[in-house]
Amino acid sequence: MNWSWLLPESVSTFGPDIDRIYYVVLWITGITFVLTEALLLYFLLRYRHKEGRKAHYTHGNNRLEIVWTVVPAIILLGLAFTSKGVWARVKSELPSGAVELVVEAKQFEWNITYPGADGTLGTDDDFTKRNELHIPVNQPVIVNLRAEDVIHSFFLPEFRVKQDALPGKNIPVWFEATETGEFTLACAELCGIGHYRMGGRVIVHSAADYEAWIQTEVAGGQQ
Amino acid sequence: MTGGTGVPDGHDHEEPSFIRKYIFSTDHKMIARQFLFQSLFFLVIGGLLAAMMRWQLGFPGQPMPGGGIFPDAMVAPTPEGAIMLPEFYNSLVTMHGTIMIFFAIMPLLVGLFGNLLIPLQIGAEDMAFPRLNMVSFWLAVPAGILMLAGFAVEGGAAGAGWTSYAPLSTSGEWTGVYLGQQLWLASLTILGFSSLAGAVNYITTIINMRAPGMTWFRIPLPTWSLFITAILILLAIPILAGALIMLLFDQTIGTGFFRPDVGGEPILWQHLFWFFGHPEVYILILPGMGIVSEVISNRSRKPIFGYHAMVLAMISIAFLGWIVWGHHMFQSGMNPLLGTSFMISTMAIAVPSAIKTFNWLGTLWRGNIHYDTPLLHAVAFVSMFIIGGLSGIFMANTPVDMYLHDTYFIVAHIHYVLFGGSLFAIFAGITFWFPKMFGRMMNETLGKVHFALTFVFYNMVFFPMHNLGLGGMMRRLYDPTEYEFLQTLQPMNKFVSISAFLLVGTQVLFAFNFFWSLFRGRKATANPWNSNTLEWTVPSPPPHGNFAEMPVVYRGPYEYSSPETDDDYYPQNVPPREHPPVAPAPAPFTPSPEPGGAE
Repeated sequence: MNWSWLLPESVSTFGPDIDRIYYVVLWITGITFVLTEALLLYFLLRYRHKEGRKAHYTHGNNRLEIVWTVVPAIILLGLAFTSKGVWARVKSELPSGAVELVVEAKQFEWNITYPGADGTLGTDDDFTKRNELHIPVNQPVIVNLRAEDVIHSFFLPEFRVKQDALPGKNIPVWFEATETGEFTLACAELCGIGHYRMGGRVIVHSAADYEAWIQTEVAGGQQ
Repeated sequence: MTGGTGVPDGHDHEEPSFIRKYIFSTDHKMIARQFLFQSLFFLVIGGLLAAMMRWQLGFPGQPMPGGGIFPDAMVAPTPEGAIMLPEFYNSLVTMHGTIMIFFAIMPLLVGLFGNLLIPLQIGAEDMAFPRLNMVSFWLAVPAGILMLAGFAVEGGAAGAGWTSYAPLSTSGEWTGVYLGQQLWLASLTILGFSSLAGAVNYITTIINMRAPGMTWFRIPLPTWSLFITAILILLAIPILAGALIMLLFDQTIGTGFFRPDVGGEPILWQHLFWFFGHPEVYILILPGMGIVSEVISNRSRKPIFGYHAMVLAMISIAFLGWIVWGHHMFQSGMNPLLGTSFMISTMAIAVPSAIKTFNWLGTLWRGNIHYDTPLLHAVAFVSMFIIGGLSGIFMANTPVDMYLHDTYFIVAHIHYVLFGGSLFAIFAGITFWFPKMFGRMMNETLGKVHFALTFVFYNMVFFPMHNLGLGGMMRRLYDPTEYEFLQTLQPMNKFVSISAFLLVGTQVLFAFNFFWSLFRGRKATANPWNSNTLEWTVPSPPPHGNFAEMPVVYRGPYEYSSPETDDDYYPQNVPPREHPPVAPAPAPFTPSPEPGGAE
């Protein structure tokens, strides 16, 4: 069994930034956890009932109240303000020079439309693959995320990408792979009876392989 | 459900008929007990649903023991036995969450403890509106029947999750569930009216019916927490009711509030649901905090540390609780700028929770701690709430939430708050006030064994769920082994499942202790815990009308180990100094002085 609190390896450009924040939170909460639980245990043992002892009569301490209000507030708000940059970069800014795809989710599959040889979506040589997301390494990808029926959630665990797909909306999602190989595409939002089997593969090619793959698909597809 | 002994000297009323006394009762204590029994029934149902889910997750595709009793719509019969179907699994996910939140935890905290404690702790003879109180319980009964009826109708029980996200929930076309989904909506709408009736009653009672001397800052913390909870209910439930009715219209008469194909907006459901849903989270924890404060202060024989800070923290939670709902929706397609705002407000609301935790630690510090069952549960609440609170910070952080959202990490988090928090508080409360409710003590040894096993198995079930979530395992998966990357997590899923069966099984001890003590427990005195608050100044159980004469309150509720008395407690109604406590006090279970000899 894996009791590790480490995250699995990430393979996107912003993955390490997200993971770094995770580890900062893990340290802060871990230290707080150990200190408070240790204190709790210590008090329980140290001040257990003994015949003839009377508890210390006090109603509190205002200075302490201020300390344990202000210190957590500074840490927590500091955490929020230092994380908002990464969030904005991932969710609000779209990169230039990206490969653009359309991912349309429906019960219970992912249909991925590629721009074909001309690199432009909406032209005749576009082609669609089911549950296979092919992308080049080291080049940003913009996925135009849509849903046909209900809400699904586009989850690429190794890339640290998650975005709900909403029917009636087009939501652009970007990421950039840093490694070639095969990874997971999953649905993270309950979407019906077949939710559990709405998985797919992400195949990251080298730039040259990706070009070649597009060409063979266009040639072989006859669509 | 006779409530142990008969009511002692029912002083100014003639004996009511059986029906008026036990069924359509207007006595707040009887209504509290009715809520207790109904909620414990649903707690058992909710636990069994969870055990079935864990069977499928630990042993996917294997015949379920006893699965043969289910109809073919729920299980697939094979020669080896019955295998759970995905549609049944989705119903289990939905109904477990719904039943535990709305029919177990919420009515235990609010229906049971609200009814039992509020009039007794403020020195009132009953609720402000006793008949409305009765209506509140008798609305919860048909709501419960409708909720369970889902399992019996064609298509099965609701299967869109307890959050019922649209458009999945708008049509049976998407879930395969038709009538069940509508029963779910109807049930919760009716239950909403039940909660509203209760809330109005609690607020009115606390504002209007406090005994002389019971100033706001002499109110015991359970009652304070229930007052704030009632305000949250009063404001939050109408939002839910509105959303439920809109969804019901979408399902039945073809409106399209949440359906984009007819001009609706799926995300609107999420905004409405969570605008209710986040205050609801605090509805589910604040009364627990009140109960735990009472038990820790009493069993440490020490004033609560920072009483005012405790009250102010709850009040600030009640305000901040309205502006954090968006943290459930970071990945929903909501404007990412809003995500940042909700991250900041969410971090802010962690502060009052931290304040409360430190004050509980401060209360234990230099106390004289008695390790009774209620204290053990209360301390478990604190230690588990620390974990649940800290794990919330991960998901409050928008970038980290991109990975953890909708994984088992959130399942771990909610159970550390709702089970580790609320349910341990409920165990603390039931074991603490059992003598007041039924006039008998619960068995200490059984209570401690139940506590120890529950605490250990509970952590074996829910702690590894953090690791499952970090491994990427999504929620609400019928069969995680469908995903190759989750197959390595399967040994842990098995471990969690087996622990869950042990956890559910352990609760038999509690049930046994509960019913055994109900009839055979040692008779309780009026004040077995040497407590200060007013409910302990009247007999156990208190007679109809509670107080023989109006109590007068002289001090705050937590004057334990005060230098002004030789005892380590100083009841709120004992006049100061010149009148020392009437009865000499041989340890341990001494009745506190009855108010002025009654009659």
